[in-house]
Amino acid sequence: MILLAVRELTKTFGGLVAIKNLSFELKKGEILGIIGPNGAGKTTLFNMITGFYKPERGEIHFKGENVTGFRPHEICRRGLARTFQITQPFANLTVLENVKIGAHSRIKSNREATEEALSILERVGLYEKRNELAATLSIGHRKSLELGKVLATKPEVILLDEVVAGLNSKEANDMIARLKMLREDNITILIIEHVMKAIMSLSDRIVVIHYGEKIGEGKPVEISKDPRVIEAYLGEEYVLAKGL
Amino acid sequence: MILLALPHVLGKYHVHIATTILFFGYLGMAWNLLGGYAGQFSFGHAAFFGMGAFTSSLLQIHAGVNPWPGMLLAGMAGLLLGLFVGYICFRYGLRGPYFALAMLAVAEMLRLVAIQWMTAKYPLGINLPLKGDSLLDFQFKSKIPYYYVILLMTAGLLFLTHHIEVRRIGLYFKAIRENENAAESLGVNAFKTKMIAMALSSFFTAMAGTFYAQYYLTLDDEAAFGTAVSIEALLGPILGGAGTVFGPILGACILELLSETTRNFLGGYSGVHLMVYGFVLIIVIIFLPNGVLGGLKTLFRKAQGQRKQQE
Repeated sequence: MILLAVRELTKTFGGLVAIKNLSFELKKGEILGIIGPNGAGKTTLFNMITGFYKPERGEIHFKGENVTGFRPHEICRRGLARTFQITQPFANLTVLENVKIGAHSRIKSNREATEEALSILERVGLYEKRNELAATLSIGHRKSLELGKVLATKPEVILLDEVVAGLNSKEANDMIARLKMLREDNITILIIEHVMKAIMSLSDRIVVIHYGEKIGEGKPVEISKDPRVIEAYLGEEYVLAKGL
Repeated sequence: MILLALPHVLGKYHVHIATTILFFGYLGMAWNLLGGYAGQFSFGHAAFFGMGAFTSSLLQIHAGVNPWPGMLLAGMAGLLLGLFVGYICFRYGLRGPYFALAMLAVAEMLRLVAIQWMTAKYPLGINLPLKGDSLLDFQFKSKIPYYYVILLMTAGLLFLTHHIEVRRIGLYFKAIRENENAAESLGVNAFKTKMIAMALSSFFTAMAGTFYAQYYLTLDDEAAFGTAVSIEALLGPILGGAGTVFGPILGACILELLSETTRNFLGGYSGVHLMVYGFVLIIVIIFLPNGVLGGLKTLFRKAQGQRKQQE
């Protein structure tokens, strides 16, 4: 079943074409990776799917509904939630309150939202930190908190914008293990990531974007051998030299 | 209980001071809902205050409307103004200093309209008809009944603020204050949440306007829409701790006692008490940027952290 379908999406900023005629589909239960060099338009794509930017052309369908141009909170309440590349904690609130805000998107009662938030904090390894202010967390913990806030909204599809980048190797492994567990909770994942080890081991399929256009799509093994992808990352000369 | 018995122990002057403290505490709490909790820093709450004061007073003079229902109608008038201004500001995403300035502009516009209009119609200011000493008419010869009225209003707003604080809406207010984009992405309707904060804040601020008019029984453009009113509404919460339940009332206490003490001791040298008052304010704002309660919270957290480290 197709949960999320992006059709011929285009977005420009002034003269710069950030995303051009991009289409792809996300099936229920899969992990789809999105890679591309810096400035390829990955985060812009996320911003359009989650309602922060309006696309110039094209449509976004979620569970059969056209959600193009919806406000971010409307998208979230339909079961599609995201994390931010630059973590966005509610700095002067406690870790518990941060996650409760997510839980409140579907639970009104304060007590139930607290219980839900506590159980999520245990899952993302922040239970011990629950009463500390989000501003005091280390970068690793901040990324975990970002994931915890999003999980609290009980999403069907989760968009992860570089949740592994910037972590040390132990933290990165913990995070990858955590993301693999999400699949068992029936959560479908769209993930942007620069850490190749993470994206190659997690993704079922990968979409490659370069200058806003899709230049490749397929299984991780296929993608890593695709000359166009290698060219985008390492340059044409490398491809010629290797004789690929 | 102590607050209930207070006026019978104190003299007339001190009852007036206590009433003023409660009045500014109430005004600060009303501002705090929007400015402190929801983080939408309004620099023009005089707009709502004046709207309330004018509404109930004019209704009383021209239509003979009793000030009690008048106070409710004043609140409604303030609320309508709040929703109107809020819709325009929030719809077009005015944030931070831009919102503050837009609010200041609204209050100033209303003040200018009031000046022109009063010059033509009420050159001596608006004076409410004297009705003697009656609870029904919201007019008293003694100051004590006023004290009880404002005590009740303050207690009510304190109770409401506490309820907001522990409910979803309170957390949503804070989420918007801390990070609007992140809040939106977690399902918080930022526009609606801000409108709710605006509605509550403008309603209660306008009711303070009616209380003011009934207390002094006279009203002019400066007392209703003047910038001083806007500043008084936000100074208490900022000093005591914006976004806390008791911050505004604590701030009002400190401000009022400070201003009265400096006036009493330095009144002989004209202007000196204002300099001392301003100096103390600057010191507090530099060293306690989150207000007195905010500073205490930070201290408490630090102490807790140290205890944890020792263990």
